[in-house]
Amino acid sequence: MRQTQISVGFIPLVDAAPLVVAHEMGFAAEEGIALDLRRAPSWSSIRDMLSFGQVDAAHMLAPMPVATALGLGGGMTPVVAGSVLSVNGTVIGVNTQIAARLRSAGHNFAFDDAYSAGAALIAATPDGLRIGVPFPFSMQRALVEYWLGTIGHAVREKVTIHTVPPPLMVDAIEAGEIDAFCVGEPWGSMAVEKGVATLLLPGAAIWKFAPEKILAVRSTWAETESVLLGRLIRAVWRAGRWLAEPASQSLAAELLSRQRYLDLSPEIIERALTGRLVISSRGEERQVPQFLEFFDGVATFPWRSQGEWIGRHLAQQHQLDVTASATAGGAVFRTDLYRAALGRTSAILPVESSKPEGGMPEVSSVPGMTGHVSLKPDTFFDGTVFEPIQDNR
Amino acid sequence: MTDTLSIIIVEPDRDRALPIVDSLRAAGSFDIHVISDPTWLARQIEERRPDVVLIDLANPSRDILEELAVASGPLERPVAMFVDSSDEGLSAAAIEAGVSAYVVDGMQPSRVKPVLDAAIARFRMFQRMRTELAETKRALEERKVIDRAKGMIMKARGVDEGEAYVILRKAAMNQNKRVADVAAALVLSAGLLG
Repeated sequence: MRQTQISVGFIPLVDAAPLVVAHEMGFAAEEGIALDLRRAPSWSSIRDMLSFGQVDAAHMLAPMPVATALGLGGGMTPVVAGSVLSVNGTVIGVNTQIAARLRSAGHNFAFDDAYSAGAALIAATPDGLRIGVPFPFSMQRALVEYWLGTIGHAVREKVTIHTVPPPLMVDAIEAGEIDAFCVGEPWGSMAVEKGVATLLLPGAAIWKFAPEKILAVRSTWAETESVLLGRLIRAVWRAGRWLAEPASQSLAAELLSRQRYLDLSPEIIERALTGRLVISSRGEERQVPQFLEFFDGVATFPWRSQGEWIGRHLAQQHQLDVTASATAGGAVFRTDLYRAALGRTSAILPVESSKPEGGMPEVSSVPGMTGHVSLKPDTFFDGTVFEPIQDNR
Repeated sequence: MTDTLSIIIVEPDRDRALPIVDSLRAAGSFDIHVISDPTWLARQIEERRPDVVLIDLANPSRDILEELAVASGPLERPVAMFVDSSDEGLSAAAIEAGVSAYVVDGMQPSRVKPVLDAAIARFRMFQRMRTELAETKRALEERKVIDRAKGMIMKARGVDEGEAYVILRKAAMNQNKRVADVAAALVLSAGLLG
């Protein structure tokens, strides 16, 4: 069978794994497609590559297409999420001086309590706190704003958030440009490895099930190339299922460590895949449940309510109409495309397309199109539940 | 704002930055500044408030510019980008799409001028649109104030609209002021007197 080539842009991060695995492990070939994976230097360039048609699909921060839909930032071409690529996977780290102050104030770096870590961090930085995040429209930025804003309305008063491209995060904290960061792996672990930061929290301690990266395509491409998109979504879904097997982790780390992907040691990459993180240069380890999900709990289902949450958050930060923005955000997460692609596979899809975000403290079973679907805990650290605006199936 | 466009080139490699500067200087009189160290890039750019920032598309620091674009509004500062491989159609498409970007081959100095021309043309167009919008808005505001002032004069002196305007214009001419300014003063003092 002749394979159709699909070009896909990615940023060298651990959560590009589903794309790399779809290509390397033959899941793409099974669908009769060949992925031409193109590494991009920055999120704005990946957005432009997708907008101008230099690539057909891209690994993208979940808030990016929502920002474009709301007219924020430089994006102009409408982009949609055909699937979520990964859930969670980010870490918050602080420089070594702040870490020392936190320790002497009695903070135990338990890594699971966002309230106490946030309060301790605010108390330890009386002169202000500069936090680096990868992009103005990133889940990292949204999580930091939500976290510190909830704890003390401190974001506006003493916390400033700066954009620092992930590969430059280690240098930025070392040079004193920033005091802390929230970034995707492997860059948090790299900062620990260089001895310039201690990890304070995983992003999952703020929101247990945050959509992190999405499979982005131009909305026009989704219409004209719906068959190809279906093949791509299926290939990536199977790659995610493979990645969720513990037995796959070390091989996945090896694949990602190759020069054309992350070009870093597999040992560093494996930390995120196993959820077993080294948090300080003393070698302390923390095992994080749901650190990075590619499959379990229907991680790749693009819940409309996730898009709504992002739209609502961006609206609050940029003084836009909240309901209209949430609706626009929900429309970017195309459950219809996902359902069309996976409808005739063994995947069990939920009946609903929206859920109360933050409403599930435990593993829960919800009705599926066939049988039941098991969802993972998705609570926010402050217990807020965000009801969906509408539930169109 | 001065007439000279100020340009920042973000380029760590001096050998690449200098020819760009030279070709810009040949193309016109610009205030050009090269940033070679991306440390504190956002602050360096903010301090200089350039009209145009030129940065290689392959430079990861580009995402920092995105933050500046958000902070200052999308039309405030055009960013021309350079990409290693592209074609004319792509560039045209980028501009047609309303993106403040012109995408050309590599960082070749010979290509910089057209890039800049495009960026400038874009910038001027935005500038003109913004000026037009501001002017239209002001004209509307002024007309509203003049209408209110006319209404007050009509009521106070028992004259019709045409006469009220004549009175207003005469007062403006005597004081060597614009009709809108005299109207605004009248509306303001009427407000003070209750």
